[in-house]
Amino acid sequence: MKRRNFTKLALGLSLGASLMGTSAMAQDNMRIALVVKALGIGFFEAAHKGAEEAAAELGNVEIIYTGPTDTTAEGQIEVINSLIAQGVDAIAVSSNDTDALVPTLKKAMQRGITVISWDSGVAEEGRQMHLNPSSNPLIGNMIIKLAADHLPDGGQVALLSATTTSTNQNIWIEEMNKVMANYPGIEVVSTVYGDDLADKSYREAQGLMQSYPDLDAIIAPTSVGIVAAAQAVEDAGKIGEVNVTGLGLPSEMAGAIESGASKSFAIWNPIDLGYSAAMIAHALAAGEATAEPGAEISIGRMGTITLDETNSAAMADPFVYDSSNIDEFKSIF
Amino acid sequence: MTDTTRFIPDRLQSPLQKRLKSWESLLLLVAIAIFVANSFASPYFLNAWNLSDATFNFTEKAMIAFAMALLIISGEIDLSVASIIALASTAMGAAVQMGAGTPVLILVGLGTGLLCGAFNGVLVTRLGLPSIVVTIGTMSLFRGISYIVLGDQAFRGYPADFAFFGQGYVFWVITFELVLFAVIAVIYGMILHMTNFGRAVYAIGNNPTGALFSGIRVARVKFILFLLTGLMSGVAAICLTSRLGSTRPSIATGWELEVVTMVVLGGVNILGGSGTIPGVVIAAFVMGLVTFGLGLLNVPGIVMSIVIGALLIGVIALPRLWKMWRAQ
Repeated sequence: MKRRNFTKLALGLSLGASLMGTSAMAQDNMRIALVVKALGIGFFEAAHKGAEEAAAELGNVEIIYTGPTDTTAEGQIEVINSLIAQGVDAIAVSSNDTDALVPTLKKAMQRGITVISWDSGVAEEGRQMHLNPSSNPLIGNMIIKLAADHLPDGGQVALLSATTTSTNQNIWIEEMNKVMANYPGIEVVSTVYGDDLADKSYREAQGLMQSYPDLDAIIAPTSVGIVAAAQAVEDAGKIGEVNVTGLGLPSEMAGAIESGASKSFAIWNPIDLGYSAAMIAHALAAGEATAEPGAEISIGRMGTITLDETNSAAMADPFVYDSSNIDEFKSIF
Repeated sequence: MTDTTRFIPDRLQSPLQKRLKSWESLLLLVAIAIFVANSFASPYFLNAWNLSDATFNFTEKAMIAFAMALLIISGEIDLSVASIIALASTAMGAAVQMGAGTPVLILVGLGTGLLCGAFNGVLVTRLGLPSIVVTIGTMSLFRGISYIVLGDQAFRGYPADFAFFGQGYVFWVITFELVLFAVIAVIYGMILHMTNFGRAVYAIGNNPTGALFSGIRVARVKFILFLLTGLMSGVAAICLTSRLGSTRPSIATGWELEVVTMVVLGGVNILGGSGTIPGVVIAAFVMGLVTFGLGLLNVPGIVMSIVIGALLIGVIALPRLWKMWRAQ
């Protein structure tokens, strides 16, 4: 118990050194923060790449890529608070909760920071505009069409979603249900939730195949779930019987396309999405555009977007990947 | 131990010396070191508003940590606290849908917390089940109820004056939450360090059988401690719900481990029997300062978790390693 004061010194010094070593500051650049749902997700890493591309094109723009470790609203609030403290010029966020971020983002806007949401939106009063990667009706239609295209005589399909609280997935499933009448003979037998965890999604997919022996397709509108489901189908020896489709990343799905566990899947291009979000954030923060219904904002190589009455805009249609083009895209994202 | 010779000091430690060499002063030095390092590392750190925002990183968790400290000192633990937040928040959200005003919401929040605490307490003290098992169970149970009630929905539409608890300022940059944190710290400090009840908590943690034979009503004290932990989770739920302005069943996911980390970092023995409230207060600041400081440098969250983990192990292991090295 006696010599503790020495350890205090040692610990304090080492901490101080490690913290000071990482100090880095940019001066006159416009700083745009790209806040994602959680770090370490391939989709968002690709969006980051796109945002950097936009920054290089614009010049004098610094991209701060950040987000919490878990996909929680509290984690994102902590991240956004530190961005407000740093006085960044713009925050572009893909939110974990449509409502919970609103008070914090309002505070950011009060302090003169441009706030937009992209991918997964926040409520209208918490942002200046929202960029959808595509339109929800188109995605909802696409996920069922992907399954139906390979089932000309109809069949049983099941959904493997992310969490019960995932804003995106729930809207897409809702939109899918609206167009089910266009796909006669296709029956959705169950919806299960893999929480966007590989092991849980895998077990849920296994469970689906056991509960429904005649299952023809698993639709997973999440990049984690689709890979896990394809693996489960492969391990169960059901390639050719159960087709896994939905939304996934080409790099992660290349194996499943090759093995035949998945015939096709769709996704927008996250690089384009990050690029567009950075372009819009820059245009608004620089005063080159204003966020109001009907406004047209130029987003570089992606053309222009038009804001609707809720200040939202859609970037593009989802793109279908299959054995004909997977090799071309799997090295990109 | 092969060394059987007894060392008899020629002079006992003075109280001042003892205080200087205590766990709390070690932590305080760590806190000051982090504060100084942060001020050098980021030009945005020394700003009253920014520091005020940073307190939200720990105030709610620390409120629970005080009650948890007493519980851990008594030799028990409650891992269901984050789930109690979820359930209390869900109950408040449901009350809002039925048109409840702010005073009713507070009663609902505190009441839910107390009920959950009582449920844990009864299972542990009446049925004699181990608290770690009981609260791992109720952790799933309480949050499970929230998921059943809400599913993928969210409760919103809290009254405007309810926002004060999580977003209000008492004076300049001093938030309501920070004041509440300080008041609760003082209350728990007094309970633990100045009352018979506090002595009983230490006695139970050191030797429950001995405490029982000394006439301490062990089960009753433990039950009260579970009630208090539930109550504080209710208070935290009110603050967090007010700050977010909405309730989802995933609210406060993973907080139970952060609360326990705070308590252990504060010098409370995880096996029970020792620890202080000032230690937990400083630990709360240490954790808040580390996460905010690293946040200002845009250090990814996973690196932050590694730093917190390293800090916890370091602060606990270094004194012991030092002692082992001295003993050689």
